[in-house]
Amino acid sequence: MDADRVGRALTRIAHEILERNRGVEELALIGIRTRGVPLAKRLAEAIREISQHDIPTGALDITLYRDDLMRAAVAAQPVVRKTEIPFSIDDRRILLVDDVLYTGRTIRAALDALIEFGRPKTIHLVVLVDRGHRELPIKADYVGKNVPTSQSQSVQVRLTEIDGRDEVEIQDA
Amino acid sequence: MNKDLLGIGDLTRDEIYAILDTAEAMREIGQRAIKKVPTLRGKTIVNLFYEPSTRTRTSFEIAEKRLSADTLNIAAAQSSVLKGETLADTALTIEAMQPDMIVLRHASSGAGHLLSRICRSRIINAGDGTHEHPTQALLDAFTIREHKKRIEGLKVTIVGDLLHSRVLRSNAILLTALGAHVWICGPSTLVPAGIDRLGVRVSTIVDEAVADADVIMMLRIQQERMHGAFLPSLREYFVTFGMTAARVARAKPDVIIMHPGPMNRGVEIASEVADGPYSVILEQVANGVAVRMAVLYMLGGGQDGD
Repeated sequence: MDADRVGRALTRIAHEILERNRGVEELALIGIRTRGVPLAKRLAEAIREISQHDIPTGALDITLYRDDLMRAAVAAQPVVRKTEIPFSIDDRRILLVDDVLYTGRTIRAALDALIEFGRPKTIHLVVLVDRGHRELPIKADYVGKNVPTSQSQSVQVRLTEIDGRDEVEIQDA
Repeated sequence: MNKDLLGIGDLTRDEIYAILDTAEAMREIGQRAIKKVPTLRGKTIVNLFYEPSTRTRTSFEIAEKRLSADTLNIAAAQSSVLKGETLADTALTIEAMQPDMIVLRHASSGAGHLLSRICRSRIINAGDGTHEHPTQALLDAFTIREHKKRIEGLKVTIVGDLLHSRVLRSNAILLTALGAHVWICGPSTLVPAGIDRLGVRVSTIVDEAVADADVIMMLRIQQERMHGAFLPSLREYFVTFGMTAARVARAKPDVIIMHPGPMNRGVEIASEVADGPYSVILEQVANGVAVRMAVLYMLGGGQDGD
């Protein structure tokens, strides 16, 4: 996927979100660090352009909720970054945003993390790429692109805000 | 990171910055309605305290609980230490019950190193004699960085009982490693021999030491460790070395005043300074929890402490 197709996928998802949610007042976008955060901001921007509505956005760091944290032998721990959700999630319809959906374990951790902030009305999942190979019963509600992969491959999403350009690349191991 | 945290020397520069950055994230957890994350679920942490402590023990315990660890506190005053058990035997007895970490406070310098050699658990030094108190120095650095946005190039003046202070040693090592200019000041009877090898400037004149300081850190006069005539009187100490508003005025206009606690008001610090606008003493306490959470998280990896 090049920059153009990433942009079009996000615009399409923004339209789908507006179509499926009558009234955007209760919506909030929460991006999973790292690359879910700029994606959530871009979706908020796209929704504002289409509907003139501002949707609050937040950032969620799921490191402390990972299921593989304390399992490895002595190794460097993954870096923990800040969770920033500057609004109450109670009774909101949350759109959880991430770049790649793979095993589903990140989303499991994100749900646990999110629930501790309150009781949202609903949580829906938005991903730019769904590459399959789920290990948990989790599915995305909005998908930019389904990309069939093998487990030996890796999917790299690059975004301008972090990597200087927009692109999705599949690499063979 | 090493298996244990016994002193600041165990940490590289990058590890120090990693702990400070992680503490930023940990602080946010303390502001939530539910102040708890599941990270250390199933880990057992023993807080083994051979010296009285309010803030350090409470701070560690809150940090452990916010990370979901199971904690228990052993205060030497109520334990079999009174029946004559040695530190090593107590530690091995605790080890037999399979804890993951031991947080140790002890009056003897090097107590943590002894445990480190004989224990499988990870050891965190919460103050050993007059040697080191690494988590205090880390939380001090965190507090300084928050106010000054940097540590490199700052003039940090540490005033007080230098001889008996583990806080001084840990801070001098950490702050010089991060590029601060550290001045230490106290009566010559309380200046440890060879302390300048840590790369600090030694002065016995407060007005000179605090001039243009970015940070003033006060140390407690530790009478419980003084087994000799170090000071003519506490009153005289206050007159000569006590931090008063007049002395603070010689520092930079945006100076911050720190104290690791507990304070002796009217001995090393005047109440008007301790409660004054430059004081960040209570922020230090608040930051202590976040910094200790960061340390526990970063040491907590691995199923065995080997």
